[in-house]
Amino acid sequence: MKSETAKGMTLSAPATLYVGFLVAAPLAILVAYSLWTQTYVSVDRTATLANYREAFTDPLVRHLMIRSILIAAAVTVATVALAYPIAYFIALRAERKTLWLLLITIPFWSSYLLRVFAWKLILGFNGVLNSALLGLGLIEEPLTFLLYNEFAVVLTLAHAWAPFAILPIYVSIQKIDPSLLEAATDLGNGPVQRFLRVTLPLTIPGIIAACLIIFIPTVGDYVTPSLVGGSDGKMIANLIQVQFGAANNWPLGATLSLLAMMSVGFVAILFVLSATGLGRRIR
Amino acid sequence: MTRPSGLAIYAFLYLVFLYLPVLFLPLFSFNSGTIVAFPIKGWTLDWYRQLGGEETLIQALMNSMIVGVVTALLATSMGLFAARAYVRYRFRGKKASEGLVMLPLVIPGIIVASSMLVLFISIGIKPSLTAVTLGHTFLALPFSVSIMKSAFDDFDPSLEEAAFDLGSSVFETFRRVTLPIVAPGIVASLLVTFTVSFDEFVLAFFLSGNQPTLPVYIWSQIRFPAKLPNTLALGSLLLLASVALLVLAEYFRRRSTKSTI
Repeated sequence: MKSETAKGMTLSAPATLYVGFLVAAPLAILVAYSLWTQTYVSVDRTATLANYREAFTDPLVRHLMIRSILIAAAVTVATVALAYPIAYFIALRAERKTLWLLLITIPFWSSYLLRVFAWKLILGFNGVLNSALLGLGLIEEPLTFLLYNEFAVVLTLAHAWAPFAILPIYVSIQKIDPSLLEAATDLGNGPVQRFLRVTLPLTIPGIIAACLIIFIPTVGDYVTPSLVGGSDGKMIANLIQVQFGAANNWPLGATLSLLAMMSVGFVAILFVLSATGLGRRIR
Repeated sequence: MTRPSGLAIYAFLYLVFLYLPVLFLPLFSFNSGTIVAFPIKGWTLDWYRQLGGEETLIQALMNSMIVGVVTALLATSMGLFAARAYVRYRFRGKKASEGLVMLPLVIPGIIVASSMLVLFISIGIKPSLTAVTLGHTFLALPFSVSIMKSAFDDFDPSLEEAAFDLGSSVFETFRRVTLPIVAPGIVASLLVTFTVSFDEFVLAFFLSGNQPTLPVYIWSQIRFPAKLPNTLALGSLLLLASVALLVLAEYFRRRSTKSTI
């Protein structure tokens, strides 16, 4: 009989190699492309840092990169803040937990493209919300600030990511030993103090997980800024898509993809370090 | 408690926020007016009827079905073996491997899409349904692995040992003992991975070339206001299909965890 190691490695090999190859190979080729340059019809394969120079000096790139990170941060904060009370409610107050968890996750299983499309219809000038408010006589003129701006992007994404925030926080609240909460009460803490000194610090790992799960993919989101962002809500993914599509400048597109990935990684690491530091201080 | 607490009211409002936007699609797909706004003019099934005559739509649906089925089979078979390794064996590199296969969940879509396009072109795979399938298998694998892991978690290894002791071969044991017990997990994984592929847009947008999948077709229709009611009808059908498939998957997943002895 073969050893356990051999069996385990053989069985997990297809999945590991498949994902490993499709992570490493595209990354390597992306790096290669970022060092090449686009001439009119072909790609010049002499290594140069011209794309990086262009990316760093172009104000549009910097602007979109910073906006993408700020929007992703706003989405993360909004989603987690809205989700925390729900996670708390399901973990500690709700009687039918499984039902609640199922209800929270069902909308997430519908097509992401369609959910964003739905928000576009709701927030439009002649859209669902404006027509309803006009019909009820609550407003005189259609509201124009709803669609095609950063607000629409943040709202749509906060809706799309809701379950991803609720589940990790729910798990971390669920894990809290009830006797700790009793001890806090016995030692004279009120409900607010007890929440701030026991519940919140113990759920920081869940909050960090939720933040990362939301923040990382949001920076590179393409659908939402395209459909509801208008010109004020465009993000870095839109620019990357243009390079691979209409502008046909793959080397620059590859450079932007890599820079986006690095910025995400940098911000994420910074966040984890400061959040764990903060967590220790509260405790 | 007789009076609902503030938290319960908040939870209820939150559910409204989660569901209401999605429910507007089906609501307005039955509206006889062509503008998506209140008041609703009248009720009609015309937008649904017109879908049947769209040649490109039918073709896109077929493309999505093919990609979805092949993705489900590839991702589930790789996930099945990997999950079994993770649950049953202890081996070097297990943690690293388990982490790696979850990676597709957290890489931003645009980066996966653009880098795979560059890779596939470089190794001679033109944008096509094959390219989309390879990409979707990558995205669906974490779902399959985690569903299969929980299926194997509740599986008692002594059943397999008993089969061996009674003289069954490795293959026979797998077919007659292991497979029937984890079968609900496999069905759940097939349904979930199919749905992940069926709904996926960005990767298909980059990799499908001139063979659009259903979401890519919908994307092309969103730009035409005249087509809006039809797009709503199509979107509503897609919503219904996804939710139905996943409720079914959830049913099988529960059965797989309850079937423990």
